Amino acid sequence: MKYPLTLKVNGETYRLEVKPHRSLLEVLRDELDLTGTNDGCRTGNCGACTVLVDGAPIPSCLMLALDAEGHEITTIEALSAGGELHPLQRAFVQRGAIQCGYCTPGMILSAYALLQENPRPTEAEVRRALVGNLCRCTGYVKIIEAVLAAAEEMASADVGSR
Amino acid sequence: MRFFEYYAPKTLDEAIQLLVRHGEGAYPLAGGTDLVTKARYGHLRPRVIVNLKRIPGLNDIAPEEDGGLRLGALVTLAEIARSLLMGERYPLLAQTARKMGSVLIRNLATVGGNLCNAAPSADMAPPLIALGAEAVIVGPRGERRVRLEKFFHGPGQTELRHGELLTAIRLPPPRPRTRGVYLKHIYRQAMDIAIVGVAVLLQFDEQEAIAEDARIVLGAVAPTPLRVPEAESVLIGAPLTEDRRLEAARRAARAARPIDDTYSSAWYRREMVGVLTRRALEHLVSHSPER
Ligand SMILES: Cc1cc2nc3c(=O)[nH]c(=O)nc-3n(C[C@H](O)[C@H](O)[C@H](O)COP(=O)(O)OP(=O)(O)OC[C@H]3O[C@@H](n4cnc5c(N)ncnc54)[C@H](O)[C@@H]3O)c2cc1C
Ligand code: FES
Ligand code: FES
Repeated sequence: MKYPLTLKVNGETYRLEVKPHRSLLEVLRDELDLTGTNDGCRTGNCGACTVLVDGAPIPSCLMLALDAEGHEITTIEALSAGGELHPLQRAFVQRGAIQCGYCTPGMILSAYALLQENPRPTEAEVRRALVGNLCRCTGYVKIIEAVLAAAEEMASADVGSR
Repeated sequence: MRFFEYYAPKTLDEAIQLLVRHGEGAYPLAGGTDLVTKARYGHLRPRVIVNLKRIPGLNDIAPEEDGGLRLGALVTLAEIARSLLMGERYPLLAQTARKMGSVLIRNLATVGGNLCNAAPSADMAPPLIALGAEAVIVGPRGERRVRLEKFFHGPGQTELRHGELLTAIRLPPPRPRTRGVYLKHIYRQAMDIAIVGVAVLLQFDEQEAIAEDARIVLGAVAPTPLRVPEAESVLIGAPLTEDRRLEAARRAARAARPIDDTYSSAWYRREMVGVLTRRALEHLVSHSPER
């Protein structure tokens, strides 16, 4: 049996029919073809499946799709809407903070949520914000550098535009 | 995961009726960080899921007339960590929430889910018990209140009978000159289940020389959170000398009833109860940085 679900993702409204035991992760990938959200551990430990729910990062493998009704979901696809990379994405590319790329969408969304709340984080704050996002390739140092560099760029762009 | 029926009732009454009607096999859903994982790996086979998140009034942090606080069962760990009211009145709880999971987990996980899941390692239990919290339980026969100390019956077992929900935690008014700390021993910096958790709360006299009251509650070293009155009593009414602090730590270690598992041996857990209790007391007495 399927249940009706109205899902708001990246500003679009989708009317779907889903099985109740499907996670938000599965529905994003399999029903909406938003495959930027990655499927890793399915236990809330790795962060590959991170999406924003009303701006807050969560592991989408642990949320039932039906539970997402009424909330605004943001996936990695929204960050480069219009074809331009977000400053965080550019910083990751430029600083070599991406190797295989599996953790990257989750890393970037967690970092994005941090910068929304705290535009000039310290290194320690960046590390704490990314505790739930594991990377098996980079050793994290370049990721932290990229987030700090993007924060600086975004903050100075902000000042410039005022 | 296997198929289950799903309901998202808008009132508490409706939720309770659904749970009663569907009997065993019907589970309330809060943040889902424990429940969804268990259902996915077959540790639980829910036939019916009743989502509590659409019920208004379960996720407030509300000051009460007596100066205490009502903490809704669906308040997330992230909200506890960030709440100004919490930070001001019960900094111990805000501090504990920050030691749990990751940002991602804290945004979903609720305090009520942590308690109802009743893992011996649940981090919220020791500090809440130390603070004298009460569980507010609502079921088919109305509301009842139970001291949180009596809420846990064993791993995964609580005071809740089928059809009953934990709706809130009631905290008594914060007491003056009281400081608390929760030390959680894990093998890495974050994102791990407590090998040992120790909550210590001291109420000092006017001169800050003597404790008028003391609470020591241990996590992850018994089937349920464990309060240690015989360690508390050494600390009350006399100067908090190093000797007394060590004696309290020894008694706490002796009271622990740990088991061997994949995280730790029982022997190591007991040793660490002593170490953490000593460190917690040093920290509270000397204002030294937490270790
Ligand atoms: C990666 C990861 C890291 C974690 N780290 C920690 C940690 O550091 N410390 C820690 O203590 N835990 C940790 N946990 C465990 C878990 O996140 C917490 O126990 C969390 O607080 C559970 O809350 P929830 O809202 O997600 O509960 P749910 O999964 O929704 O529910 C848990 C259980 O309680 C029942 N339940 C929930 N709410 C109610 C209610 N109001 N009334 C009656 N029954 C109810 C449900 O039916 C279910 O059986 C971690 C989990 C993961 C996946
Ligand atoms: S896939 Fe969700 S946290 Fe790993
Ligand atoms: S780049 Fe490979 S996991 Fe992070």
